[in-house]
Amino acid sequence: MLELQGISRSVGGKVHIHPTNLTLQKGSMNVLLGPTLAGKTSLMRLMAGLDQPTTGRILWDGSDVTGQRVQDRGVAMVYQQFINYPGLTVYENIASPLRILGRPRDEIDRKVRETADMLHLTPMLGRKPLELSGGQQQRCALARALVKGAGLVLLDEPLANLDYKLREELRVEIPRIFEASGAIFVYATTEPEEALLLGGNTATLWQGRITQFGPTPIVYRQPVDATTARVFSDPPMNFVAARKQDGAVTLGDSQLPAGSFSDLPDGACLAGFRANHLSLTRPGPAAVEFTCTLAATEITGSETFVHVEHGADRWVGLVEGVHLLTPGQPLSVWLDPAHVYLFDASERLVVPAAYALAG
Amino acid sequence: MAQITLKNLAHSYLPNPQSETDYALKEMDHVWQDGGAYALLGSSGCGKTTLLNIISGLLTPSHGRVLFGDRDVTDATTAERNIAQVFQFPVVYDTMNVRDNLAFPLKNRGKDAAYIKARVDQIARMIGMEAWLDRKAQGLTADAKQKISLGRGMVREDVNAILFDEPLTVIDPHMKWELRTQLKELHRQFGHTMIYVTHDQTEALTFAQKVVVMYEGRVVQMGTPEELFERPAHTFVGYFIGSPGMNFLEADVQGDRALLPGGETVMLGAHYGPVAGRVQIGIRPEHATLVASGGLPLTIRRIEDVGRHRLVRGEVMGRPLNVVMPEGMPVEGLPQVAFAPQKINVYADDWRVVPQEEGAA
Amino acid sequence: MEKTQNNKAWFLVLPVLVIVAFSAVIPLMTVVNYSVNDTFGNNEFFWAGLEWFDEMVHSSRLHEALGRQTLFSAIILAIEVPLGIFVALNMPKKGFWASLVLVLMALPLLIPFNVVGTIWQIFGRTDIGLLGRGLKALGLDYNYTSDPLDAWITVIVMDVWHWTSLVALLCYAGLQSIPQAYYQAARIDQASRWAVFRYIELPKMKGVLLIAVLLRFMDSFMIYTEPFVVTGGGPGNSTTFLSIDLVKMAVGQFDLGPAAAFSIMYFLVILLVSWVFYTVMTNLDRSQTDIPEAM
Repeated sequence: MLELQGISRSVGGKVHIHPTNLTLQKGSMNVLLGPTLAGKTSLMRLMAGLDQPTTGRILWDGSDVTGQRVQDRGVAMVYQQFINYPGLTVYENIASPLRILGRPRDEIDRKVRETADMLHLTPMLGRKPLELSGGQQQRCALARALVKGAGLVLLDEPLANLDYKLREELRVEIPRIFEASGAIFVYATTEPEEALLLGGNTATLWQGRITQFGPTPIVYRQPVDATTARVFSDPPMNFVAARKQDGAVTLGDSQLPAGSFSDLPDGACLAGFRANHLSLTRPGPAAVEFTCTLAATEITGSETFVHVEHGADRWVGLVEGVHLLTPGQPLSVWLDPAHVYLFDASERLVVPAAYALAG
Repeated sequence: MAQITLKNLAHSYLPNPQSETDYALKEMDHVWQDGGAYALLGSSGCGKTTLLNIISGLLTPSHGRVLFGDRDVTDATTAERNIAQVFQFPVVYDTMNVRDNLAFPLKNRGKDAAYIKARVDQIARMIGMEAWLDRKAQGLTADAKQKISLGRGMVREDVNAILFDEPLTVIDPHMKWELRTQLKELHRQFGHTMIYVTHDQTEALTFAQKVVVMYEGRVVQMGTPEELFERPAHTFVGYFIGSPGMNFLEADVQGDRALLPGGETVMLGAHYGPVAGRVQIGIRPEHATLVASGGLPLTIRRIEDVGRHRLVRGEVMGRPLNVVMPEGMPVEGLPQVAFAPQKINVYADDWRVVPQEEGAA
Repeated sequence: MEKTQNNKAWFLVLPVLVIVAFSAVIPLMTVVNYSVNDTFGNNEFFWAGLEWFDEMVHSSRLHEALGRQTLFSAIILAIEVPLGIFVALNMPKKGFWASLVLVLMALPLLIPFNVVGTIWQIFGRTDIGLLGRGLKALGLDYNYTSDPLDAWITVIVMDVWHWTSLVALLCYAGLQSIPQAYYQAARIDQASRWAVFRYIELPKMKGVLLIAVLLRFMDSFMIYTEPFVVTGGGPGNSTTFLSIDLVKMAVGQFDLGPAAAFSIMYFLVILLVSWVFYTVMTNLDRSQTDIPEAM
């Protein structure tokens, strides 16, 4: 178990990580999700012990490891760049952490072969890393991280430099590898879809702060504030100014049907919804209609992204099927109230979308 | 502006290519319509960058000709071809401010100051950099720098084509949306011919009117996003487009049905003549659905919640098969998988077989 | 990415500090000792305070040597830096010729200083030297042993021959690190050759140029062996640079006190000028602080 207690880090008066508490359980997959410069790498470096926290303590299985050297901590790290020893064969690369630990020869051989097998590297054991494809190089780096049986494996955007299809392939494999290893995995990514595919827990990061931490589908469907929702939506969540008065919520030029808004104070608030919940046809009798102007469409082959302007707001909708529409034309879009999140003036979630609670 | 024609084009990096494998680019004939938005899609090493460099004039092809309109430009330099290019990593002139960066291609061509100013302001507004015009380019974030590169690509009105070489690689997902829609709008406003090279299917499909899929130095299909999705011409296109890609099952096709090795029969939406070679049926995960009965038995290995849908990974007769189930649809207690017959494609030796109905029409 | 703080690392630096103490600090203290004392040998010292410093500061001999030295360094930098950049720009980028040119360029750097001096001393002689006789044959009145201007030209040409390679090699390394995309973009933007240099190559070379200028300044300001071998500081005192003068004073005249004071001031001048160079050149970047790639 890894515990961060009130960990923070500032460099030269600039806060990189605000005081953070985080507990990661043994054998769990944890995703750090946030845009570039949100503090994912900083947080990982603190976990690894590569950087010392300005305040706070780090506990490993209950004992304080804050001041301990990286070498003594049993951590492994995989980076965005494919980092291997270029002069060694894949076999020697994978064996290197064990050789440093001074393990007996037959144990090294057994572990290297096991790990290589798990990562489909067995046919390449005799080759040098630079003779491999990008995907294989990153597999080799992963194998090196896994082979020593480190209790904490940190993966810093490991798939960012790979082709789309290779990324897809490794994304399927990483959870499988992880399940076999029993270590704490921490995986940093900028992509919400990657977080969802990996499952486990997700911590959303924004400007050096963890905005929410919990099981991935819960964080996705029940974000605690608008920032979390923004970070955990691709395309970004759509927002529209709303107002609550006399027990009713007005959304743009429409009104939400009566619901449980009692927790929401009267006055201005913010409504948010995801792209895939916007539709071009009325989804149900309770649906809210908006009159918009179409700015652009993007067709993926089976789906269409519609970019619309509603007053000053700009929204993205993702709808099924191929829709050939002319930009500039007026367009009616619908929204099922069950898919609407309501945030108060300080962007805290007050009324979660009804569908998320039912699911 | 001009139509771009590739005539018997092929390229080998070797001085004396012997066999087909020596060619990075295998012989092709293609016409790129004036004002079209094209994407060149393929994995690394498929020859897409080679093709782009031939069009931009950074590389002279070993065979064939390149025509801009009626003019043969095969041996013309990059500058003579009058094209613009945006690279994978932001290329900005660090010591200049943003304004001078955007104005640079115009100044070099001796445009007058008033025109340059108006044009730079217009472009800056479109890429959302008006507030930064007097900032030095060095020290800006990667996405800001890439916006400048895009702006510099757009700033000349009279270019024959604008080429993009994986321009969004260094950009955060959130920013990708913004830049991509800006590109689309710029295309709509100015009508430049645009060629966009990428390995990312989402970028290719959403950007382009026509996507050119390349595989091992060959164009395997050129079509609209819809065509690529619904009727992939080659199993590679089926695999490469879509996430996850198309499912393939070995089958024996007779008329309007496919017989699977296990003895099950799958109804096809069309009739096929005799099909020879290695025959497979292909079905998109989006067109497969879990059912209680009347389908093929599916062993579920893993269910992934991707937010707007769930991805069911399983096996049919020992072959991996993925099913995409929309958000809110139940997946439990459904042991079988059924396919939408109209959406099944038939492949012989990896190439799509045209059904009789389509061939007649 | 900033570095990890690890206080134990200081222990690793300790051996170096000890060695530096023996090799540099202790001899330096001896110099300091001499600079504030008067001695007639036999380890007898008389306190002189700042007398030697005072004498040296007002010595016209030192002023003249400093003037010559400054002029020499300025000329050297003015020739070698642009020439080095020019050579680097025209070196082949890859292939057999690149390797060959690199080896040829590195050759002068491998020759010991006094050998360089000897080569030019002979080369320039009007009786047996190729250069000297050649110039004579062309009807030029060249003689570096009697004409101060000829001596200066010889010493400068020799230094340029010896050290331009260093500047060129550093610049070449800087140029090699520029991604091809920049050149392609410039071709597409129809940038002139000058614009490519001004806006792409020069900014990317700035880091190595700073190092090149610093190295060349320090080396040329301390130059001793080569001019000493060629001209011996003459004719007259015309090529007596600071270190030649210093040696004359310390070894030739055995004025240890003034020489020590002189050495310390010499050292401080070099330190000061190097610091000014460094600050000025890094300040050029101050307005353009880079945003870190990853936090």
